[in-house]
Amino acid sequence: MTPFTTLTAIAAPLLRDNIDTDAIIPSREMKSVSKTGLADGLFAGWRYVGNSGRVPDTNFILNDPRFASARILLSGANFGCGSSREHAAWALAEYGFRVVIASSFNPIFRGNCVNNGIVPVELEARVIRKIAATLGDNPAAAPVTIDLEQRLVSTSRGDHWTFPIDEEAHQMLLHGLDAIELTLCHRGEIEAFRTHDLKMRPWVYL
Amino acid sequence: MTGTIFEKIWDMHRIATIDETTDLVLIDRVLLHERTGGVALESLAAAGRPVRAPNQAFVTMDHVVDTRPGRTDATIMPTGTAFITATRDAAIAAGLTLFDLGDPDQGIVHVISPEQAIVLPGVTLVCPDSHTCTQGAMGALAWGIGSTAAEHALATSTLRVKRPKTMRIRIDGQLVQGVTAKDLALHLLSLFGSSGGSGYIVEYAGTAVEALDLEARMTLCNMATEFAAFSAIIAPDDKVFDYLKGRAYAPKGADWDVAIASWRLLRSDADAAFDAEYAIDASDIAPMVTWGISPQQAVALGKPVPGFESVASRDQRDLYDRALTYMDIEAGMPLIGLPIDAAFIGSCTNSRLSDLRRAAAILTGRKVAAGVNAICVPGSTGVRLRAEAEGLHRIFLDAGFEWRESGCSMCFFAGGESFGHRQRVISSTNRNFESRQGPGTRSHLASPETVAASAIAGAIADPRELA
Repeated sequence: MTPFTTLTAIAAPLLRDNIDTDAIIPSREMKSVSKTGLADGLFAGWRYVGNSGRVPDTNFILNDPRFASARILLSGANFGCGSSREHAAWALAEYGFRVVIASSFNPIFRGNCVNNGIVPVELEARVIRKIAATLGDNPAAAPVTIDLEQRLVSTSRGDHWTFPIDEEAHQMLLHGLDAIELTLCHRGEIEAFRTHDLKMRPWVYL
Repeated sequence: MTGTIFEKIWDMHRIATIDETTDLVLIDRVLLHERTGGVALESLAAAGRPVRAPNQAFVTMDHVVDTRPGRTDATIMPTGTAFITATRDAAIAAGLTLFDLGDPDQGIVHVISPEQAIVLPGVTLVCPDSHTCTQGAMGALAWGIGSTAAEHALATSTLRVKRPKTMRIRIDGQLVQGVTAKDLALHLLSLFGSSGGSGYIVEYAGTAVEALDLEARMTLCNMATEFAAFSAIIAPDDKVFDYLKGRAYAPKGADWDVAIASWRLLRSDADAAFDAEYAIDASDIAPMVTWGISPQQAVALGKPVPGFESVASRDQRDLYDRALTYMDIEAGMPLIGLPIDAAFIGSCTNSRLSDLRRAAAILTGRKVAAGVNAICVPGSTGVRLRAEAEGLHRIFLDAGFEWRESGCSMCFFAGGESFGHRQRVISSTNRNFESRQGPGTRSHLASPETVAASAIAGAIADPRELA
């Protein structure tokens, strides 16, 4: 996983509450048993006109050329609710998003973000609206900066806000750590625990 | 040992402390399905990581499988077969127990796990599926995860988990005749909103919860994910123990007695402290139906579509307006009598034998209204076979329902079968998101009996009038 330190990029506002993982990557877009090949299906139900074609809906924010190179997504409450499919995080990452700023996240989705190098930034809804208001007609001239080390979001106008992130997630994202590798360092401890537990709860061990 | 049920299970499973908010916890059971399991297993194999406890991992086929009679590996969803074959191959290669198509034990993961006592009180159980919270009804700590977390659980028998806060929702009193666990779940969603449980493990308690049978408790716990809870749990009691006894993976012989003795301790102590507590009066609850595009947008049957003022504390204005437009309804209009195009009974929420029995009681001797596409999909092959043994399938078929093989089916649209653009569906499922059941499809969530009554009326109807 690529470490994340700071990012200054265009932010795309998609300020809706309850954007679910079906909306982020519709089930029909999960076409192969793979973590890749999903970017094209990102927000497919909103991005394209009609049911199966690939005609861009010009009203959808990501089809606006000004947001073509957005790397930060601004959203509302409960982002990533619904299905636990990690494909939502894979699709966002493959498309190029490295940060989602929302007023709250679905917990499973938040974990999936961290496991895939996407920084879930939680800010109050009014702050997110304020950030969106700074983008203006030329969002490239009003980029948003995420400093993960300092847990800081700042705008081109010089406003800045801190955001919370658990220490575990902070370290994984900053250093691009693989959680499985980290846990396998505890192998001895895990085995000792299991050996003891087997005596206490033999029925659990099939 | 004092504390909440959650704390007791957590303490039994905590191997190490990672930091002030996160622990390394032992995972007793990992469940997989073909939609996400194949990717997790292939990715694990590619990394050269074996499954640490293959006997404690189970795989089923449920999400994209065809549910029409006489099915094979072929799917209506284009490329669905690849998910089935890849998952099957990977499960066999990893030595996991597989409930394949054609197997009498096949079915929706959250339906078959209790049926076979794969889930037990006090165990930690994870599955890359958000409705894993269903299984908290058995007194287990069961929660949904992503694919990478599933790989972690398979490779290490552990997960790094942020310790959730605790919430108790006590529901006392008696549910009114005709009010079900589904109505209770929708009522709670309408109160708490779709992020109201975020960061919490919810313990359901109180006399109304104790009075629910096991399958109803599963329905109640199933929808905890819809208010973003980490999971839900109910203290295991004799109903749970009686349900599990003798099932395939339940403890046997002397182990059973030791297990029961330890399971009886899985209760929140009288002095246990919760981070949040709520009390609900069961007698206030009526049969419910959703009117919008989020499960929180639910009202009592018989009530009109609410005006924005009455839901403003929960819905943002844009979500509210979007819901009315998408659903093609207006504030103040009655929901009862709204014509429907389709009726669906199935999903991990409401597809168990008791659900089918209650729906069948309403359908007996009646016919589905002309033009209504009515489908019943039992939650597991076991449910289907038991339903057929008692003749329920005849009632569904005679009424004009399709009777299917088990699977998740049209709970969600995977690119194959759909209810159709702008079609209005009454559904016993868990999500009424935009396009959840097909592009542009309008879904109204309700109990199986409300679905049955509506199928007969050809419009949203109150099941109590037909009971």
